[in-house]
Amino acid sequence: MPLSRRQTLRTLGLGAATLAAPAVMRHAALGADPITVVGIHDASGGLDIYGLPMIACLSFAVDEVNAAGGLLGREIKLINYDPQSNIQLYTQFATQAATSDHAAVVHGGITSASREAIRPILRRYRTLYFYNTQYEGGVCDRNCFCTGSTPAQNVQKLVPYVMKKWGKKIYILAADYNYGQITSKWVTKYCRENGGEVVAADFFPLNVTDFGATIQKIQQAKPDMVMSVLVGGAHVSFYRQWAAAGMKKKIPMASTTLGGGNETLLLTPEEADGIVVAYSYFQEVDNPANKEFLQKFHAKLGDKAPYLGGELAMRTYVGFHLWAEGVRRAKSTDRMKVIEALESGIAFDGPPGRTVIDGKTNHVSLDVYLAEVVNRGFKVLEHFPNQPPADTASVCDLKAHPNTDRQFVIDVKI
Amino acid sequence: MDLLVAVALQVMTGIATLFLISLGLAVIFGMMGVINLAHGEFLMLGGYAAILSVRHGINLWVAMFLIAPLAVGLFGLIVERLMIRRLYGQMVETMLATWGLSLALIGIVTMVFGNTVGGFSAPLGSVQVGKFQFSAYSLFLIGAAGLLAVLVWIVLRRTPYGLLARGTMQNAEMAAALGVATERVYAVTFALGAALTGLAGGLLAPLSGVVPTMGTAYIAKAFITVITGGAAMLVGTLSASVLLGAAGVLGTFLTTPVLGEAALLALAIVLVRLLPRGITGRFFQRAL
Repeated sequence: MPLSRRQTLRTLGLGAATLAAPAVMRHAALGADPITVVGIHDASGGLDIYGLPMIACLSFAVDEVNAAGGLLGREIKLINYDPQSNIQLYTQFATQAATSDHAAVVHGGITSASREAIRPILRRYRTLYFYNTQYEGGVCDRNCFCTGSTPAQNVQKLVPYVMKKWGKKIYILAADYNYGQITSKWVTKYCRENGGEVVAADFFPLNVTDFGATIQKIQQAKPDMVMSVLVGGAHVSFYRQWAAAGMKKKIPMASTTLGGGNETLLLTPEEADGIVVAYSYFQEVDNPANKEFLQKFHAKLGDKAPYLGGELAMRTYVGFHLWAEGVRRAKSTDRMKVIEALESGIAFDGPPGRTVIDGKTNHVSLDVYLAEVVNRGFKVLEHFPNQPPADTASVCDLKAHPNTDRQFVIDVKI
Repeated sequence: MDLLVAVALQVMTGIATLFLISLGLAVIFGMMGVINLAHGEFLMLGGYAAILSVRHGINLWVAMFLIAPLAVGLFGLIVERLMIRRLYGQMVETMLATWGLSLALIGIVTMVFGNTVGGFSAPLGSVQVGKFQFSAYSLFLIGAAGLLAVLVWIVLRRTPYGLLARGTMQNAEMAAALGVATERVYAVTFALGAALTGLAGGLLAPLSGVVPTMGTAYIAKAFITVITGGAAMLVGTLSASVLLGAAGVLGTFLTTPVLGEAALLALAIVLVRLLPRGITGRFFQRAL
């Protein structure tokens, strides 16, 4: 029934937008002075645990650049849209960003489903797109820069580490959409390469909250560890129910997603401590750039500063600065000039370490960290500098085939 | 052997959960005939009542067993007085009004508490069953569901109020002619249904977490259970919960969580096709 309400609203909204379009366009043409940047992140709905910190970091990065005089002498105007964890709204806002806001760049998308919804739209309207989330890899599109880490960077480090620590039998729990499906294949691949075995993989729609039967199935399968590729607010129940069944002390857990948002704050130390994860950033990373960033971030936002946890929010900050550097080097906001500048191998030294754009794939090489949850935060265990996006590079070559426009499902040999 | 016990316990937890989320609706829809599309939001309010009380330092059991049902029961009383009372017997109007109420409640709660997932940890720790471990809380839910079933049965069968309520629902005009204040009986019964729903919301909060839109995940299942159950509200809901809950959990065990859910829905379709008047339209016809 909510569907029909949405459809009605959408129809009405589209009608209104069509009527208002001439007025909006005239207005936009007059105020051409600031550079418009659009952010599309879920500030409500099940994905807000990821979206809210990302919005805070994007706004902070924009303010930083504006405080330093803007870009090319022009101020940056940031428009944040909230798609409310609803894919239909993503497409609507992407269209709006391209056609009526004339955005120089769109930063946004959290789930891979949302990215694949807006990526073709932004390409069609020739609007540059930055996707700043860790994801399953394989996107090959000159118009789209993916600045988060991918399985060849994070899972490749995570799986051997936890297998060495805990054993060879892995039970995978994953969210039932492209990210979960593909990431679980990568986990399987790295597990087998290290002489291990995946005893089972279960997939859950994003709204599932009851994991009771699954917890029994896991006990029956007796794995050496559980690998969680669960996503979003509803799936947080799994960690609660796992701990409530007393399983946390019996079977250890690693995750490719926990801590991407604020899950560690929602869970008690009894429920989450000891879970091992890999990301390209943790708030607890110890280096001077990060210390300086956090000090400024907290000075500016005060009590409202979100906990940054894993990488999603920080990659959004880095992604914006990479784009800004591209504009500086191109001396223009023209899309093709900025793309060419970015592909020349722009780097940004920030809190997570050095991020370099790989012009062949429009992905980045970055530092990867392993950490475990300790008392609602993370303890960084290991640091691997300069990891290339080897997974996407194995299928994507934009230098040779600049017109590629697709997400390769990397043939994970398992 | 251990596995059998583990599966059996899990099946019973699934049944208990389904029964808990449907019981309040069985009273409001099954007994009174009010199509309450805000049922899911009543559950959600119960969850929020429990979670907010716990955050303010109130004892967890008091929050779940007293505050959640009282708060939602009271809310139900207000809703009955302002809205439902004017719409008895008008099915379409009731649906529209309660659907509006559902949307409004989701909106208001989102504005006040934000659209984020809240939760608290389940109490009681875990128990060992052979090689398997269980959340003791889910065992407790089974007990709570059983106890509630007995309580509702006693109230409707053995108390003067129960007699008046059943009489009024059967033939309101005749009851009124015999001097029963039917308006009051309707109000109290609606509040009772709301309170049961609030209690269910409170009890489920530690397992599922609460979010303003959580009701939408439950409302379809609750209606399916009550409709599959048929005319005898208590026995019907109970037997439908047993069949559908078992199908869902066993399906999950044998295949995947998605197919488990599908098995539950498929069984409901088959049951309603074979027994259009619900399970109690053919079996246990004289039951409550």
